[in-house]
Amino acid sequence: MKIHIKNGHVIDPKNNINAKQDVYIAAGKIVGIGSKPADFAANQTIDAAGLTVSPGFVDLSARLREPGSEYSATLVSELHAAAAGGVTSLACTPDTQPVLDEPGLVEMLKHRAKQINLAHVYPLGALTRQLNGKLLTEMCKLTEAGCVGFSQADSAITDTQVLWRACEYAATFGYTLFLRAEDEYLAKNGVAHDGEMASRLGLKGIPAAAEGLAIASILRIALETSTKVHLCRLSTAEGVALVRNAKKQGIQVTADVSAQHLHLTDFDIGYFNTHANLKPPLRTMRDKEALSAGLKDGTIDAVCSDHTPVNDDAKLLPFAEAEAGATGLELLLPLALKWANQHKLSVSDAISRITAQPAAILGIAGGHLGIGSDADIAIFDPDQVWTVTPGQLTSQGKNTPFLGIEMMGKVQYTLLHGQITYQARH
Amino acid sequence: MYNPQLDADGNLKHLLTIEGLPKRILNQILDTAETFVGVAERDIKKVPLLRGKTVCNIFFENSTRTRTTFEIAAKRLSADVINLNVGTSSQSKGETILDTVDNLIAMHADMFVVRHAQSGAAHFIAQHVPDNISVINAGDGRHAHPTQGLLDVFTIRRYKPDMHNLRVALVGDVLHSRVARSEIHALTTLGVPEVRVIAPKTLLPTGIEKMGVQVFHDLKAGLKDVDVIMMLRLQNERMSGAMLPSAQEYFKTFGLTQDKLKLAKADAIVMHPGPMNRGVEIDSSVADGSQSVILPQVTYGIAVRMAVMALLGGGQSAGAAAGGLLGSSSPSSLQAVGGGSMPAQGNNA
Repeated sequence: MKIHIKNGHVIDPKNNINAKQDVYIAAGKIVGIGSKPADFAANQTIDAAGLTVSPGFVDLSARLREPGSEYSATLVSELHAAAAGGVTSLACTPDTQPVLDEPGLVEMLKHRAKQINLAHVYPLGALTRQLNGKLLTEMCKLTEAGCVGFSQADSAITDTQVLWRACEYAATFGYTLFLRAEDEYLAKNGVAHDGEMASRLGLKGIPAAAEGLAIASILRIALETSTKVHLCRLSTAEGVALVRNAKKQGIQVTADVSAQHLHLTDFDIGYFNTHANLKPPLRTMRDKEALSAGLKDGTIDAVCSDHTPVNDDAKLLPFAEAEAGATGLELLLPLALKWANQHKLSVSDAISRITAQPAAILGIAGGHLGIGSDADIAIFDPDQVWTVTPGQLTSQGKNTPFLGIEMMGKVQYTLLHGQITYQARH
Repeated sequence: MYNPQLDADGNLKHLLTIEGLPKRILNQILDTAETFVGVAERDIKKVPLLRGKTVCNIFFENSTRTRTTFEIAAKRLSADVINLNVGTSSQSKGETILDTVDNLIAMHADMFVVRHAQSGAAHFIAQHVPDNISVINAGDGRHAHPTQGLLDVFTIRRYKPDMHNLRVALVGDVLHSRVARSEIHALTTLGVPEVRVIAPKTLLPTGIEKMGVQVFHDLKAGLKDVDVIMMLRLQNERMSGAMLPSAQEYFKTFGLTQDKLKLAKADAIVMHPGPMNRGVEIDSSVADGSQSVILPQVTYGIAVRMAVMALLGGGQSAGAAAGGLLGSSSPSSLQAVGGGSMPAQGNNA
């Protein structure tokens, strides 16, 4: 199968391409950009006039809900959502039921994902058994089974001795830890940022300091143990400042922010809108601006979707009882573009945060369009305006605080190793 | 922002929280309540405003006092009343709130009085009922208890009619108190110029000052020259632990005693939403003393709840209708229903 993508504007931040060029694909690989390889005869031509041709997006955090939460979503439904969102590689969290703490489960997941063949799925293995924060998992075996790093998902390791040893053990083999920093005690039962809004609504708050305290401990231990740490979903100005400082000191740390936190604050909870019940909680305008600025100056390396499809019933509850999370795979692109637009940055600046940079954090080959690499490609219309409605979303989860909001930028085609996996309806 | 409590004409549709309600509506409720105060003192304590309507008390969290006063209020308006203690029935069988509510809708209830342990539960139910059903929040988590807030300002208005010239202090566990939040919003909306909260730092929510109150951590300083003292209940489970070391220490530092009461104005009134912990937040001699208006609060609670139900269930003309029915209340009647124990404005020290 040979595909010729013609007339598109290619943006490939890693290879410094930002120009109108044609892309040539053969046998699932990129064989030419700009210049047509000798004896190339396309079986299929995609006319990308007016469209942007970019590496397929790389998402650092997507919950696929399988195994265990198939009532909310399935691997099939969510990998279709990934394709619809232009996401060709994604890391999934270990907080499934059962927890991804055994090589067999990881192999099964990899195998199923490969059968479905709509995106590359990179599991993050559980760092501790059952995510209990006490006993380490078999990290080497899990890595052989396909894990690209280790995570505690939304559970913390409260025992600093265990965290220290987990770091040392992971560092022995050069594994990266993906940690969401939140002090478990300060966050206990909290469902919103501890501030004016939570106080007015009578919701139990989680102070910003819960993130700062946890980051400080993690960074200190990472420094002592020379561990590669990725901080997931920063939510506070304090967190951004701590990471900025750590990077200056040369600590091996990277960080991401969710597309939701880049644009929303605790005031978006409004009258107890359960779609704004997220982990970590939405915080203040000042925090949002610090996250946005941190993403711009490189303190924060990537934007993730933090995709969490939740069934309607689990959101139709009083705020604190509702399940946290938002569907996000299909909003990653427009929300990244919106961020770039707000800062008067280029489309390329947005794309780098959802392609090359997250790929580097995961240590995977995707996220760029180099000759010889897998033809994982997103072709999108950066100017198409659309409104987020349940009907527009392919994901089984229709839960997003952006329902009813206009977005700019929509994927038209997605290719995974040279196969078209998604084509927008017209 | 769209206000889920008001209909397109700006009339009250649901009563979920005091926050965001215009002064006009609060005064309409309080004025309507005035017309109902007299009903309780007549031989036949009923008016036919809600005849043929069904009021459903849905209590996901147990309460005797609040449920009883809502029940009495509804019955005095001639409504049929159904009490549902969901805490002890369907919820424990795994039924969701919406399933419970849908069943009651199917039974053609007209009004829901809802109490729930989670903040926002009343908003949530109000969003899901059909247009012809009104929801009254009888307490949701820490968020709001609007009829309590209203009956408290109604009580204050009866004793201290000039709301624009008052200093009010709330004392105690503001952090966990839906009553405190509703009182604060009611007082500030009605133009009370100085509202104070007095509590240890462990019992105050973050950013409370943004609700328009002054914060005190010293009871004596906070009570200085106030006209109204509103005590808050301290839940048993919070009396010892990481919030407070002991009930005894709390009484010593934040309990209202006769001595401390003397720091307030001589004619200050003392309120408490009940149920009281005597010897923890309030000394018995104060609770039963001449400045206490705690029992009149209960009495007025019925009139205020009647007013809310009449406005929601009988249309916006209910107040006028009730006024016509009962004979409009004259300013002089304010003195007549004072609760008895309160001396006339003057020095009682």
